[in-house]
Amino acid sequence: MTAPAATVAPTRTRRLREQFEEAVLPAVVALLIAALVGDVLIITYGQSPGAVYRLLIEGTWGNAYGLGQVLYKATTLTFTGLSVAIGLRAGLFNIGAESQLAAGGFLAGVVGTLLPPGIPSLVVLPLFIVAAAAGGGIVGGAAGVLKSKWGAHEVITTIMLNFIVLALLNYLTVAHFKVFDTLHTADIRSGTIARLSAVVPAFHGSAASLVLLLALAAAAAAWWYLFRSRAGYELRAAGLQPAAAEYGGVNVATVWWKAMLISGAVAGIGGLNFVLGYKHYYEDGFGTGAGFLGIAVALVGRNNPVGVVLAALLFGTLSQGGLAVNALVPKQMVDVLQAVVIIAVATSVPEVRGLLRSTRTRGASDA
Amino acid sequence: MSAASGPSVPPGGTAAPAVAMHGIDKSFGPVRANRGASLEVAPGEIHALVGENGAGKSTLMRVLSGMYAPDAGTILVNGRDVTGWTTARAIEAGVGMVHQHFMLVPTLTVAENVVLGREITSAGRLDRAAAERVVSDLSAGTGLVVAANRRVSDLSVGEAQRVEILKTLYRGAKILILDEPTAVLSPPEVDELWRVLARMREAGDTIILITHKLDEVMEISDTVTVMRQGQTVGRVATRGTSPAQLARMMVGRDVVLAGQGAPVPVPTVSTAVPRAALAVRELTVADSRKAHAVDGVSFSVAPGEIFGIAGVEGNGQTELIEAIAGLRPVAAGAVLLDARDVTRQSVRERSDAGLSHIPEDRQQRGLVLDYSIAENLVLGQQHRYSRRGALDEARIADNARRQIARFDIRPADASAPARALSGGNQQKVVVAREMGRDFSVLLASQPTRGVDVGAIEFIHAQLRDARTAGKAVLLVSADLTEVLALSDRIAVMYGGRFAAVLPRSEANEEVLGAYMTGASGQAA
Repeated sequence: MTAPAATVAPTRTRRLREQFEEAVLPAVVALLIAALVGDVLIITYGQSPGAVYRLLIEGTWGNAYGLGQVLYKATTLTFTGLSVAIGLRAGLFNIGAESQLAAGGFLAGVVGTLLPPGIPSLVVLPLFIVAAAAGGGIVGGAAGVLKSKWGAHEVITTIMLNFIVLALLNYLTVAHFKVFDTLHTADIRSGTIARLSAVVPAFHGSAASLVLLLALAAAAAAWWYLFRSRAGYELRAAGLQPAAAEYGGVNVATVWWKAMLISGAVAGIGGLNFVLGYKHYYEDGFGTGAGFLGIAVALVGRNNPVGVVLAALLFGTLSQGGLAVNALVPKQMVDVLQAVVIIAVATSVPEVRGLLRSTRTRGASDA
Repeated sequence: MSAASGPSVPPGGTAAPAVAMHGIDKSFGPVRANRGASLEVAPGEIHALVGENGAGKSTLMRVLSGMYAPDAGTILVNGRDVTGWTTARAIEAGVGMVHQHFMLVPTLTVAENVVLGREITSAGRLDRAAAERVVSDLSAGTGLVVAANRRVSDLSVGEAQRVEILKTLYRGAKILILDEPTAVLSPPEVDELWRVLARMREAGDTIILITHKLDEVMEISDTVTVMRQGQTVGRVATRGTSPAQLARMMVGRDVVLAGQGAPVPVPTVSTAVPRAALAVRELTVADSRKAHAVDGVSFSVAPGEIFGIAGVEGNGQTELIEAIAGLRPVAAGAVLLDARDVTRQSVRERSDAGLSHIPEDRQQRGLVLDYSIAENLVLGQQHRYSRRGALDEARIADNARRQIARFDIRPADASAPARALSGGNQQKVVVAREMGRDFSVLLASQPTRGVDVGAIEFIHAQLRDARTAGKAVLLVSADLTEVLALSDRIAVMYGGRFAAVLPRSEANEEVLGAYMTGASGQAA
């Protein structure tokens, strides 16, 4: 410490590795804790943990169909998780990913029914992305403007908007867009995205589609935006210390509505996973629960896009695994495990981080 | 280093020392806050623990009060080995610490706060009357005057501090640790505190005072322990030392203290009126209660001039500076930078027009504590350090390297979060950012508050250099010595207005002090 020259600036790779560890290790520890609690629950239920976990793994990562289902769920959860994470980085708690996801899917579905058949997917994909982003962005942005202009708390407004928007979409679908005797719109004739099974036949029957590439791209873009762009620098500063951001020339009220707009748009694009990748129409209630689970994904992923992708895989695995283990234990068991993961992450993250840091220092002083 | 050549006090004596700490090591990650530090305090004395920011004073005292367990070393209290005890055990044994940042519940009354955690109850309910009685007695007995039934949210900072001390005493503290208690107090409140501490000493209590203000050390303490870079470098009797010697021990070299040594260069402002770099016209600023925190203030600052604003805090200085910086709406009047009206312009536009700002609250405003040193060094300049929307990492890193070297920021690790730095180094980051760039007007608000002597000297030199380089500096400071040492002209702010504006030659502590209380203002 005494000689300034002695402390070498950390290399880029070291910093990346540290970021990676801090994003991943807490989740792993939380998973181990959840597994331990799961043992107790399974034994109490009179089953062998080994058998149940084997079934859970076999039903998810153990075969192509299960894996496909996991990837499908993880794709939607990546979008809603990123949405919540971006909000939290700006200091905003977006509870509205649920309705933003639905609104994005709805608008994409409606646009899809208006298109003539036979246009190549790649040509209309941007149009669908814009439509879905607009659907979610309007809902998120509305909450953002309410906060920026009138100081309405985003938790309240996004919860209320969930009710309003979901009811409105239900009305619009039923009254204007549904196919007779169903709760969904007509089929989209152009711009659908290929199932994963089109590339790898083994995935046949699973819902996963190439929209998962879009999810990975969204995560990469979110990472760049948050940590490498000037707007992200200002957004995070506003989230950490609004007074300092203001001092640094950042218009915090503007950051708020922009962040909510982006957050809503990202959730909205998540609607494409169902609409373009899976069913090829909008169906009322297609993403129920995925928006709220996005909060857990963001929490477990520590608001880091890389962490969000991994957390989305984890929660995708758990919810698909719940179906797989239904023969031995009730699938609610897995809901309990999800809750334990969330609690374990919330409590273990500071501890794990502290440990990481101290190991690092020890390593540094040994060197 | 032979700095510690003062008359050493032989440790120990006949009675067992109240506190004896030896070989204390304490690290936080890569930062070694204490490196074999030791401290010996005789019973019934006021013991000053001094050192630069980041010297490890607070850490050592937190180890003593049980907040941190030491990595190595032993702690004896009244001859008993208590190494690694908990705060609960420390309180039981009569060791209590009053922290720099208050830990009070604002919505509760003074009495309720004092008894919190050790309530006086009757039939399971808080006996408010009894609590108020006990607290009033304690207050009367110690001279810590504060009404037991008032809400803490209504108290001044000085009163809140008295409540903190009462709280500690209520828990039976016989060894009282005070962490920079005067940082937030006005001069009369400081005098009051000294009276209380002297009275407690007479009653046989032991007091450890963490500070880096050497005049305080000389005024109140019996013995002084000096720390530097986590180590104890000396223990001397106050009567046998001098501020200069203590400063030398703290910094490890000779230091020019403000207001002494080299004479203040007489500013050579040319008689031809230079164009004002900063002009404020009839500025009125509303505070949160819609009253006029700043009430029709006008002044201007010329290039190459330091204009000082003295005054007791809370007389509108904060609001004035924030209004000039663009952080607070203006009710009436105008702010001109280089003759251009910027009253309606944003913070960024003013910054681009050449306005730099060292804010009074570096932890809330001046820094994003979780951002790295490098990121903090471009705060407010991020639009200059980005290209097509992307941060220019290479230039940010380059800027950090240069500023860290130029301003001697420690640790010299650009990726360390600002939170991990000592107060003095945090301030250096702010000063480096605001003065290490192109600017024409500098708002310097309490630029050396809570900063050690070495850094004060450095920051003062920077401000003088800025004047020499033709910058206009608006200095706001609660520290009269600082205002007198640096300013060419001095205004005294009282009740939202300027009670007086004096050239440096007509100002001294007595004159300014009189205006600060408002007495002269009304007479004039």
